[in-house]
Amino acid sequence: MLTDNMVLWPVLVPIATAALAAVFWDRPKAQRAVSLTGTVATFAASLALLYAVLSDGAQTAYFGGWSAPFGIVFAADRLGAAMAAITGLMAFATILYGLADVRKREERAGFHPLFHGMIAGVMGAFLTGDIFNLYVWFEIMLITAMGLLAIGRTRAQLDGVLKYAVLNLFSTLLFLMAVALLYGVTGTLNMADLAVVMPTLEPSITLTVSAMLFLCGFGIKAGYFPLFFWLPASYHTASVTVSAIFAGLLTKVGVYACFRVFTLIFSMDDPGLRMIVAWMAAGTMLFGVFGAAVQWDVRRILAFHIVSQIGYMLMGLALATPAALAGGIFYIVHHIVVKANLFLIAGAIHRASGTFDLRKSGGLMKRTPWLAVLFLIPALSLGGIPPMSGFWAKFMVIDASLEDGAWWLAGTALFVGILTLYSMSKIWTEAFWKDPVLPRTTARSIPAPMIAAITLLAAITVTIGIYAEPFVAFSQQAGAELVDPSAYVRAVLGENPQVRP
Amino acid sequence: MNLLYAFAIAAIAGCGVYMILSRHVVRIILGVSVLSIAVNLVIFYAGRIVSQVPPVIPGGENALAAEAANPLPQALILTAIVIGFALTAYVAALALQIQRSIGTLDNAELDVAERLGTPFDEDRA
Repeated sequence: MLTDNMVLWPVLVPIATAALAAVFWDRPKAQRAVSLTGTVATFAASLALLYAVLSDGAQTAYFGGWSAPFGIVFAADRLGAAMAAITGLMAFATILYGLADVRKREERAGFHPLFHGMIAGVMGAFLTGDIFNLYVWFEIMLITAMGLLAIGRTRAQLDGVLKYAVLNLFSTLLFLMAVALLYGVTGTLNMADLAVVMPTLEPSITLTVSAMLFLCGFGIKAGYFPLFFWLPASYHTASVTVSAIFAGLLTKVGVYACFRVFTLIFSMDDPGLRMIVAWMAAGTMLFGVFGAAVQWDVRRILAFHIVSQIGYMLMGLALATPAALAGGIFYIVHHIVVKANLFLIAGAIHRASGTFDLRKSGGLMKRTPWLAVLFLIPALSLGGIPPMSGFWAKFMVIDASLEDGAWWLAGTALFVGILTLYSMSKIWTEAFWKDPVLPRTTARSIPAPMIAAITLLAAITVTIGIYAEPFVAFSQQAGAELVDPSAYVRAVLGENPQVRP
Repeated sequence: MNLLYAFAIAAIAGCGVYMILSRHVVRIILGVSVLSIAVNLVIFYAGRIVSQVPPVIPGGENALAAEAANPLPQALILTAIVIGFALTAYVAALALQIQRSIGTLDNAELDVAERLGTPFDEDRA
């Protein structure tokens, strides 16, 4: 019973935690305990799912006993299970950091229930096997995320949430319209069933429009060029804990949805679609990094870098060879850890120097040398320097693009890597190396939970970098599963999937 | 009939997009709501409007009759409407709070977030 529906637990545990945290609304200490225990349980549930997928293949659960394609189904293949596991890990790390960082008034405004609601939304989006259900999880994620963004109620936050809310509402409407058109043509909403039905259909205008709407809808979510402008306008206004989990997870849900829809339902073999996605990937990499280069606020530099790094993942999808998809998956996992960690360190820099503005900070090298080391690990990883995880991620994607003859894409990726290093060195020289601009009367120390969370994520980055082999092998298998989804389809629909009239 | 339906959806969607392009926040919110109505109608239309026979399974049978209407789009639209209500309520409350604390709902004047750490603002350096 417990192990039959393994795929449900990563969603059920955060929902239960959110409910329990809401019960203790007036008691912040109890909420904190529930929250931390809940993230540990979520992480354990997602690891159990990953283990089950690795040992027994794709896991499924059918709601209400309706067999697919008639009821809603949850399904986890290697990609879904890996995304769930990394989500559990990030939830744990950010809540650990949040023990010291989340303010009392934010806790009273419902930080913990909202946080776990968002984790449930993210998990649901990764694990559902029904395209309309994916829309529902997107909306759960969206409304809890809007709550978390606005939780401090400062003027900048209200402005940031407005832009976030309107553009993300628009993107889910595009997504819903794409689902409607797809349903009109195929008559089914189950993703595995769609994978069976789609190859039998003639290409039509409706399907093309539907594919483009999916690309735009998910593109706004994920922050692809030219649809990313809401992201650097809102992410930096949230509190550090919230920014970190947003930067790690929320854009990646859009990327994941693209990987799913454009391998399972639509095929990247279409040369037109391929070209559009390739140009979007190149534009995302370039414009994100250019935006980051001129900024002076640590959080805004990092927010622009989310955009630029999304381009590398999209590059994996644009090429759509098994090697490129494997690189894309490796990149997603690596980037979730590194980017969230950089935001957490930005919070620590703020603690130590009193400002997010690089022009005003400085002198941290002398005051907190170990923070400098902890910053160096994810910063070098983001730039792609060995032996960090970013090196292997970039290597896999660029190698796959050279193999495929897309030298201009590989060239752009390498060039953007150099610019990434440039803006990381900007943070390094301004915040750590140069003498402090403003004299600080009271040097504030950084609390232990913050350091613990940052060290944990940095250790994972180094581990992925040094023992890359099992991770590379895993993402190669996951990439192969995406290219040939017959195992996924069989797991959901049974042994002989048939095209119904 | 189908053509009329398609034109109606197009007109509603056009109104929605026009309002979203406005500078005033309340109009943008109304525009998003109108656009979501158009999207709901697209879902309804995608389920094919062919029959008015209610989708009820008669006693003793275990499947819908062949000529029954398609119940699935209605279930989908119902879900979408409920979610849309929640989001619209949230954004409306947000607009109220913005009016209270920033004092304007004109999008051109809302740039508080942009001004944090902007490279073009030399006074703050």
